[in-house]
Amino acid sequence: MTFGDKIRRFFRSEQGVGVMLVSPTALYALLLLAVPLVAIVVISFWTQTGVRDFDTTFTLANYKEALTDPLYRQLMLRSLMVSGLVTTITVVLAFPIAYFVSFGVKPEHKSLWIFLITIPFWTSYLIRVFLWKVILGYNGVLNSGLLAVGVIEEPMSFILYNVNAVVITLAHAYAPFAILPIFVALEKIDRSLLEASRDLGESRTMTFLRVTLPLAAPGVVAAVLIVFIPTIGDYVTPRLVGGPGGLMIANMIQTQFLRLNNAPLGATLAVLAMLIVAVIAIAFMLLGNKAAGGNKGGRRK
Amino acid sequence: MKSLKTYAILYLIFLYAPIFLLPLFAFNSSTVIAFPLTSFTTEWFTTLLTLTEMHGALLNSLKIALTSAVLATILGIFAAMAATRYTFPGQKGIMGFIMLPLVLPEIIVAVSLLIVILRMGFNTGAWSVIAGHTLICTPFAIAILQSAFASLDPSLEEAAYDLGETPASTFRLVTLPLVMPGIISALLISFTISMDEFIIAFFLTGAEPTLPVYLFSMMRFPKLLPAVMALGTILVVLSVLLIVIAEFFRRRGAKRAGLKDTGGFL
Repeated sequence: MTFGDKIRRFFRSEQGVGVMLVSPTALYALLLLAVPLVAIVVISFWTQTGVRDFDTTFTLANYKEALTDPLYRQLMLRSLMVSGLVTTITVVLAFPIAYFVSFGVKPEHKSLWIFLITIPFWTSYLIRVFLWKVILGYNGVLNSGLLAVGVIEEPMSFILYNVNAVVITLAHAYAPFAILPIFVALEKIDRSLLEASRDLGESRTMTFLRVTLPLAAPGVVAAVLIVFIPTIGDYVTPRLVGGPGGLMIANMIQTQFLRLNNAPLGATLAVLAMLIVAVIAIAFMLLGNKAAGGNKGGRRK
Repeated sequence: MKSLKTYAILYLIFLYAPIFLLPLFAFNSSTVIAFPLTSFTTEWFTTLLTLTEMHGALLNSLKIALTSAVLATILGIFAAMAATRYTFPGQKGIMGFIMLPLVLPEIIVAVSLLIVILRMGFNTGAWSVIAGHTLICTPFAIAILQSAFASLDPSLEEAAYDLGETPASTFRLVTLPLVMPGIISALLISFTISMDEFIIAFFLTGAEPTLPVYLFSMMRFPKLLPAVMALGTILVVLSVLLIVIAEFFRRRGAKRAGLKDTGGFL
């Protein structure tokens, strides 16, 4: 059999058709995602010399600057802290909802609940963030409302243009994200396991802690990652409600690219942010798998 | 469960509260966005008619959203078919990579695309926003289409082959009509995502802003804030409408395949 025959045979086989079918989409992702991601890493080792010109000699100067300048370090740490806080809040608040929809709602009503929870997620993110600015402002909805009712004497100023506002807004925006994976994990739990546990004399609380919770762990891990990874790179929320003290790393990346025209340093900050997120995400996944009892933590979405 | 239900309802109110404020202030005559409300007006909606720059942005956004939705859905059909019907080497890795934009911060997608475009000597414009939006919409289209293809009974296609249809005509006459609800749902979701997306458009739009980019520039002017609320109301109502229609089609597809509805897109 010639090589050509082999190729022809492959593309008529089950596997070959699969590869052929996925290739347009895979090629698109390769060209518009993989290539740009590699480019950003490459450029982070260059130096900007003109508007669109670079000195392409390899240098670590950007990394040195990004890691030693206290401003960048502060922004990175703040981003991590905000992300961590937002993730904790959303997942802790989301778990009871996911539990309620999975265990407390009639099967025919479940999809309606999930749909209701996800609708706000599909509306403009920009507008939702802007609304929080309107709600939390000095003359905003919350202050004017509470003043009118007489709960407060003067407007509260600690709720807008700082880190608190960023955390509140992000926690609101990512709430549906956290509910879905936990809900999916809870739905997969075989209900007879819970009955078995009760039959064997475990209390309701102990059943929850020793059966439900470990089986839901993959969902919780997925929820944590799905909230943590995108929030660290959020641009709109810190920009609109964060004020100078609430800015995050994405704002600095944007400044470097569009204002200071220093793409290599912007690229370096982006690469570092991705690296840190990747390390934390992987560590957390390993930890989560362990909590779920080794290989039981299998499928996750 | 009683107390959990109360909590769930409070949670839903918290989720929806900001959105419900939009129409309140869009129809409120005061230029200051604060309580108490003054009187009813439609003035801010008529203001929108006078902002000619906004009309250009709206057209630009519609053009981008339409093209991105069609491209993402076509790419989604290919990948969803490959993932549900076939097994091939490296399947998990390839599909995982295609779905990556789902979790990747949008700013990373935006700056990395910007770098490549500028480096290759091109100028950004509507085409680059379409390229970026297609990339981020494709995973959503795949998620929807995968369930549509998974619920399709392969014996129907085999029957078509046995009756002498070619793979192409089988796809057109049997597969396509059966997954059509999924395709419509994927189109609508992708359109909505592209229409509302800000970051990628902000970096890649060039001289012609999209509607969200224009809206962002409006937010700097206190005088325009009531108009922002009016435009926001229109956008949110439109998004919710499209999503409800998309959900309707998704459910119809699931019902047609005789599946138990599991709810949600993801």
